[in-house]
Amino acid sequence: MHASVRPAVSLNITPTSTASTGREAAAALPMRMNVSKVNFFYSAKQVLFDISLGIAASKVTALIGPSGCGKSTLLRTFNRMHETVRNARLEGEILLDGQSIFGQDVTQLRRRVGMVFQRPNPFPKSIFDNVAYGLRINGSKLPIAEAVEKSLRHSALWDEVKDHLHKSAYELSGGQQQRLCIARALAVEPEVLLLDEPCSALDPISTAKIEELLVQLKDLCTIIIVTHNMQQAARVSDFTAFLLIGQLIEFSTTPHLFTTPSDPRTEAYITGRFG
Amino acid sequence: MTPLRWRKLVSGFMLTMTGVCALVAVSVLFFILGYLVYHGGKFISWSFFTQLPKPVGEPGGGMSNAIVGSAKLLFIASLIGVPVGFFGAIYLAEFSGSKSAFVVRYAADLLNGVPSIVIGIFAYALVVLPFKHFSTLAGGFALGIMMVPITLRSTEEFLLAVPNSLREGAMALGASKWKTIATVIVPAAYRGILTAVLLAFARVAGETAPLLFTALGNRYWSPGWNQPTASLPVAIFTYATGPYEDWHRQAWAAGLVLLGLILVINIVARAVLARGIAVPRS
Repeated sequence: MHASVRPAVSLNITPTSTASTGREAAAALPMRMNVSKVNFFYSAKQVLFDISLGIAASKVTALIGPSGCGKSTLLRTFNRMHETVRNARLEGEILLDGQSIFGQDVTQLRRRVGMVFQRPNPFPKSIFDNVAYGLRINGSKLPIAEAVEKSLRHSALWDEVKDHLHKSAYELSGGQQQRLCIARALAVEPEVLLLDEPCSALDPISTAKIEELLVQLKDLCTIIIVTHNMQQAARVSDFTAFLLIGQLIEFSTTPHLFTTPSDPRTEAYITGRFG
Repeated sequence: MTPLRWRKLVSGFMLTMTGVCALVAVSVLFFILGYLVYHGGKFISWSFFTQLPKPVGEPGGGMSNAIVGSAKLLFIASLIGVPVGFFGAIYLAEFSGSKSAFVVRYAADLLNGVPSIVIGIFAYALVVLPFKHFSTLAGGFALGIMMVPITLRSTEEFLLAVPNSLREGAMALGASKWKTIATVIVPAAYRGILTAVLLAFARVAGETAPLLFTALGNRYWSPGWNQPTASLPVAIFTYATGPYEDWHRQAWAAGLVLLGLILVINIVARAVLARGIAVPRS
């Protein structure tokens, strides 16, 4: 396994923010995840530097920053997907509901922390079987047909697909496929949903649908979304973290970060001076 | 001659060349098929499939023992070649590091290039000598060894062609590596894998050399698995090189039957492949 160095005592870290208003607003909320002092390496190359932040429960947290800033890498550590990459190494601690994610079974963790990827990746199965997949492999006792319908309703896809659940998932449009992937992730009732630039391969109308969906899903689970689209972060998220070259530059409530950023680099980025 | 005219001339010449070569490639197949049908077609009768060979001089008789013998040989061969090739390919595509994969790939390619008669000697030494019998088992073993590298290399290619996003998608839902392979990767690649297996099957179905001193041949039925057995390729070889006119006719018919069987298996498999959901090319 990876050689991660973990503190013996679990730390309860509040979001590190240079902005007092953001910090106070965030600290008052119950935390779903706590990331503390995460350093990440691909072989000898360090890509994340001492990242600490808290993810508020039942809120949308956005990770923004220019390409290559490490936002996707950070997101992939939350469900330990980074372990599928050879030579990846993580130091630091990530807690889910106060427990280290590294101390538990990885398949169990990924059931609790779902993920939606940049490009829609439905399996070569029917629409129904795609959504049922997570339930089946986890040996869920839930009635599968009901769970599938519920997930498809949550992802606002039910009305479009209810009459052809047994058609190939590839017959759906790109936007529908992405909502199918969201339904697939929701079916196992995760506590946290990670989205890695979920709209980057979609047209504006499909993007709008997914954004609308994310805001509704907050009641169901905690959402963390990586996006390079600042308007998207501003529209859907409650908290925003700005990363630059592997460092967390600023983390606060979204309105605060976008209106009164405290770091000049954040301001430069959100006003479009680079990125 | 102006440069433009010259270029057009060269272009026309090359186009003709490539077209003619493509035509030659296709026509060889049709020529073989036509020739077999012409020479073998009229000697195929119901008795060819149901009767044993008659003694020389007597008209009629069939090759039922060779047809059944070939089927038994190919059954044993598939029993060895398909699992070894398939699971070896899964190891290569999904688990191995680049160094060990290189070694296995290289070894498989070398094995693929080993002359089939040498594989026959190998099977002779390993199975025939200890059992003190030419047998279906030994012949099937030799053919199975030949199936391994073909199945392995092409199955691996098809597994690697499955987009990585599907692996990530399954793992992100809490599927273990094995579950991901069994429920997503293999189903996504199964058309290709089946094609690979069929290719290997068809390739060894016509092999003669590895059977010469393993399965040997038999003019009668071969009971069980531990007796010398007739097979279509060896029967063709024996009959075609024999001195009798009637044998030559039988050889043509056997050739046609062998080709026909492979064709039927291919068509059936294609029909099976047409069902299910394919991963679209992106």
